[in-house]
Amino acid sequence: MTIGTQPSRQRSWDPRAAANFICGGAGAGLIVFTVLSGARDAALTASLLVGAALIGTGLLCVWHELGRPLRALHVFLHPRTSWMTREAFVATLLFPVTAIAAAGVTACAYVAAGLAVAFIVCQAKMLQAARGLPAWREPLAAAVLVVTALVEGGGLWLALAPWTRTGSQTLLATFGGLVLVRLFVWLAYRRAIALASPRATSALTGAGRVLQSAGTLVPLAAIALIAAGAVTGSATLALGAAAGLFAAFAGAYLKHMLVVHAGFTQGPVLSRLPVRGVPHVRPERI
Amino acid sequence: MTRYAMVADLRRCVGCQTCTAACKHANATPPGVQWRRVLDLEFGEYPDVQRVFVPTGCMHCDDPPCADVCPTTATKKRADGIVTIDYDLCIGCAYCIIACPYEARSRTSKPTFAYGAPTESEAKRRDDRKLGVATKCTFCVDRIDAGVAKGQTPGVDPDATPACVNSCIAQALAFGDVDDPDSNVSQLLAENQHFRMHEELGTGPRFYYLWDRAAKDVAPADDRALATVPAHAVEESLP
Repeated sequence: MTIGTQPSRQRSWDPRAAANFICGGAGAGLIVFTVLSGARDAALTASLLVGAALIGTGLLCVWHELGRPLRALHVFLHPRTSWMTREAFVATLLFPVTAIAAAGVTACAYVAAGLAVAFIVCQAKMLQAARGLPAWREPLAAAVLVVTALVEGGGLWLALAPWTRTGSQTLLATFGGLVLVRLFVWLAYRRAIALASPRATSALTGAGRVLQSAGTLVPLAAIALIAAGAVTGSATLALGAAAGLFAAFAGAYLKHMLVVHAGFTQGPVLSRLPVRGVPHVRPERI
Repeated sequence: MTRYAMVADLRRCVGCQTCTAACKHANATPPGVQWRRVLDLEFGEYPDVQRVFVPTGCMHCDDPPCADVCPTTATKKRADGIVTIDYDLCIGCAYCIIACPYEARSRTSKPTFAYGAPTESEAKRRDDRKLGVATKCTFCVDRIDAGVAKGQTPGVDPDATPACVNSCIAQALAFGDVDDPDSNVSQLLAENQHFRMHEELGTGPRFYYLWDRAAKDVAPADDRALATVPAHAVEESLP
């Protein structure tokens, strides 16, 4: 057998690309949750800046992966069909708007949240547009990325809550709901790719277990304890922060595995085998 | 309208890799990069085993996924169907490499040579524009353009024909204009049954594989010709 006869793992996008999906998704999700929490003043500023810094870190990582980094501005040339271009445009708008919102212009915070959602969608569609990899082109892959980004953002928002003091029962419940939604979307996604890419399914098995246990059961148990009033005072914030971090890290791990380790091609497929020789030709053709 | 396509006759290909060598010679691709590959596939279980050699490379798709995802417009599809890369625009993000279902694209970050230091030929033909950017089969577009400019016919006149096609010892590879009903490739497609790889993805690959004579030429009693392998069976036999 020569090269290319079996599905092979893509090696073009390494952990730096995964970092863009992890940091970008978490940062954008944090911006969304921060705005939804109604945070004000220093809490708003700090959370928005952390979110923007995370997005910037992700983009910096992926910039470092470019073969020709000095030409990076060419990324803006194809908004008509390329989700990477669209991501770049949204990020370009997101940074100044977030900075203005962080400076205290509250109206801009809602625009920043909208752009953050757009950023998450761009990243999700970017993965899905890679038609060469069955595990990525599956439509539910985009859903996994979107909901994971929101959960990571919510997790970071909870992790920052002891400092920002922006905790809210409604948002905590929303976060719990998103954790559950992520679990269901993940299970549906895993079922969808089982036939299309068994190797990807196998590569994601460990991350799936982590997502289901540390990323779902632990946060939901923590939220249940908080809701039941089993903890009080600062312990509530600490437990919420732990729940958020567990959920966020499980999502980040899943994204890392999805991007770096589950990107298998489908390999060559022949719909027919060649018919060699002339065993029983029509008499008139002999 | 001209639409160039490649035809590979799977019954003729003997897996000699001459096309691969000719491509490397014509395009000076670095070690490890093959724009024209020949896969060596084995199907079935002993004693019913079949070995198939499958020339592959860029399929110059009608709807190329690589061009859709490219953020720089470096990857373009010409009016004649040839998919090209502008090495001066490409940023080397490798998105197209991932998007290609045919694993036809490569990216080389550093100059690499067959024996460590560059040979005289490698030094002479070194092209740093191809470093850090995506590269792939171009259907030898420079030869085609130069040939057409001289009034030659790609696929017929060797000077206007991709190097891999010229080199094929078994005439398994053919190249030409599928929009011209009288072209060599149109006739091959009319006279033979053919398929394209991963057609279900909607990419419209311009690389056809011949696998049998046209159905009208196959006798009803020709069990072997009619006993085609269903797609799923072939897929399942892949390792």
